[in-house]
Formats: sequence, structure tokens, C-alpha cells
Amino acid sequence: MQNFDFVKPATIAEAVKALNSGDAQALSGGQTLIATMKQGLAGAETLVSLTGIAEMKGVCQGDGGLHIGAATSHATVAREVATTYPALAKLAGGIGDPQVRNRGTVGGSLANNDPAACYPSGALASGATIVTDRREIAADDYFQGLFATALDEGEIITKVIFPIPEKAAYVKFEQPASRFALTGVFVAKFAGGVRVAVTGASNDGVFRWTEAEKALSANFSAAAISGLSVDAGNMISDLHGTAEYRANLVKVLTARAVTAA
Amino acid sequence: MTKLSMTVNGKAVSGEVEGRTLLVQFLRETLHLTGTHVGCDTSQCGACTVHIDGKAVKSCSIFAADAAGANVTTIEGMANADGSLSVIQQAFQDCHGLQCGFCTPGMVMTSAALLADNPHPTEAEVRHGLEGNICRCTGYHNIVKAVLTASGQTVAAE
Repeated sequence: MQNFDFVKPATIAEAVKALNSGDAQALSGGQTLIATMKQGLAGAETLVSLTGIAEMKGVCQGDGGLHIGAATSHATVAREVATTYPALAKLAGGIGDPQVRNRGTVGGSLANNDPAACYPSGALASGATIVTDRREIAADDYFQGLFATALDEGEIITKVIFPIPEKAAYVKFEQPASRFALTGVFVAKFAGGVRVAVTGASNDGVFRWTEAEKALSANFSAAAISGLSVDAGNMISDLHGTAEYRANLVKVLTARAVTAA
Repeated sequence: MTKLSMTVNGKAVSGEVEGRTLLVQFLRETLHLTGTHVGCDTSQCGACTVHIDGKAVKSCSIFAADAAGANVTTIEGMANADGSLSVIQQAFQDCHGLQCGFCTPGMVMTSAALLADNPHPTEAEVRHGLEGNICRCTGYHNIVKAVLTASGQTVAAE
């Protein structure tokens, strides 16, 4: 691994300053970034650890729902929101393995926006707000394709606000070796309608299945989507599953999530 | 190089590290605590699992500098004060929970964290809890049996 200077600021302001001086890269839990750096696929002159910033950790109820500090680990989220937002707790508690959940963070996952990660579907289906050091970004504007987000250079996620739906569920069809989502569907029913977000399936990363949202907003039951089909045209096709297989999984898992919600 | 201090197995330690030094390298190469193993280069096998402030973490997937000031426990810190094996270690021996033994330090560390969180897990919870640790010898049955035995639960004979 290429060497770097390691800095661990204690405040958001110091972190932003460090990230905006020269070739710097933010490091959260590191459960993706460190493996990527070992392969020589990422690196920077300075690595700025975000895990020493107290104001970026923890879960509380606030305006608009649950406020989750970006540097909060998956294990902590799974524990802290178990009663307030069980579907999100289940998502967080199913990421990777226990060791990964003790280090990996919600902000790290959303900043990376892996097309098969769990959190992007939870954030998009919840209509979450991504709060950064300089602005608030609606989830609908935040996810911009494969590993692409609305974040600017040197901008860090400090907090994520999750509105709490009336009913919700996340169902993931696991890739058994990595436990990433071969396909995962998060369904969230709000007073104003239903949101369905799919991860692991599309070449463009997480997306909303708007046809299902319309059908489920009128009738929140698995039967409501039985007549729909998902276009396999832009689905991921790899050794784990073909595009058609994933397209079918989107529908099957959506139905399961509605039933489970 | 930067100077770094932390507590490992109850003792204050310090050393010089590069930014890129992984915690597992600091433990093995600087502190010569070679019980913590590196079984893969892809963060998947869990052989390097240690406890950081009581939580199971893969020491290959955290930089040593990020663990500065932390309280780290490795397999060398697991035996009882008189040198006898801890309940979990003894259960691994009694249940034949290892063959080659390479994954065992990580298995023991993850199991200890699991039982600290959930003292009487079901078999399914043990299997789920050990998802981050790969063993290529035993097929996991005896490892699961060891963890259940260590929790004080009676395990049916095969």
C-alpha cells in the first residue's frame, strides 16, 4: 500500500480543513476503503479519519425523524433504532458480518454508494436527507449512479435524517460470499405514499421502482404488483445472476418486503 | 513515522508507525504478538480479529494510528490470569473446534465478543455471529458446538 499521512481531527471544521488542503481522502470505518487501498485502487497523500469526531456519532430523534451521525457504526444503528425504525435496524444489522458492522458507518456507505450496498436503498426509500458540512441534500438528488453522488470534492456527510414511515421492510437476497445484496428492496409506506428503492440490481446503482410505488400507494399488498414486470435492460449481469434473474428478484423481493412490512 | 500509544492486553504499549501500518502489523511486527493471524489480503477471513474497546474488529482493516489510545485485546490476552485456558478456549479444545488452528485466534475473539453480547445464543445466532470468520478445516460444526458449550448450554451428542 502506498504510504500517506494519517490525521484524525476532533471536529467537523478541522476535518473539512484537512480535506481541502492538498491530495486528501476521507476515511470513515474503512471497511471498503482499506481493502481498496490494499489493492492499489485508492490512495492519497493524506488520509483524514472521521471516526474521532464526537459530533458525527450517535442516534437521536429530531426534526424530520431519526438523526443519525454519519460516523455511527452499523452495529450501533442496528441497536439504537431497533424499536423506532425496525426495518432500518434490520438493514444495518444485516450488513457484512459483526466485525464489519462494528467499524463500518452509515456515512461511509452512503459516500461510497456501492451499487450493491444496503444503505443507499434504505436512505432512498425513506426519503432521507443527507446533511453535509455545507448543505442538505435530498436522497432523490443525492444518488447519481455507480459510486457517484452529489458530494463535491472535500465535502463530508455529517449526519443523515431518516423520516420514519408507518410501515417498512428491507429484504435482501444475499450474495452468500460477500453478503452484499445480489438484489435488495426497501419498501417504506408513508401517509403521502409508498417509496420502493432497489439496490444491487441496476447498472446505475440504487433506483426507485416508481410503477410499484404507484400500485402500492393505491393498494399496499403484494397482489398489487403481481401484474407488473421489471425491464431487464439495464440490470447487472454477472456470474452470480443474469439481468433477467435480477429483474425477477426485484419483483419477488418487493412483494416479500410488502408482506413483511 | 509517528509515535503511537495504546493499551494491549492490559499493558500500556507504544511504538512508531507509518500512516499505512495496519493494526495487525503493529501487533505482530512491533509488539511481536503473533497469535493474531493474517489469513487473507481481502478483509474477509476474520483470522486477525481482535477486540477494540470490547468490540470484535478485523485488525487488518483498521490502521494502527486509528486505534491510538484504544484498549485492544488479542488472543494472548484471553487465557485466565493463572495461565489456564479461558472457558471459550477450553471449549474449542474439548469440542475439537479446530484442526489446523490457523483461524482459531479469530474464532475465539469473535466468539468471546458474541457471548459478551448474548450469553445464551441459539445455534442460528452463533452461526450468524461467526459469519465474518472463515475456517477451511472443520466445516464449522465443532466450532459452533464449542461456542454453545462455552455458553453453558448442553449440546446434544452427534
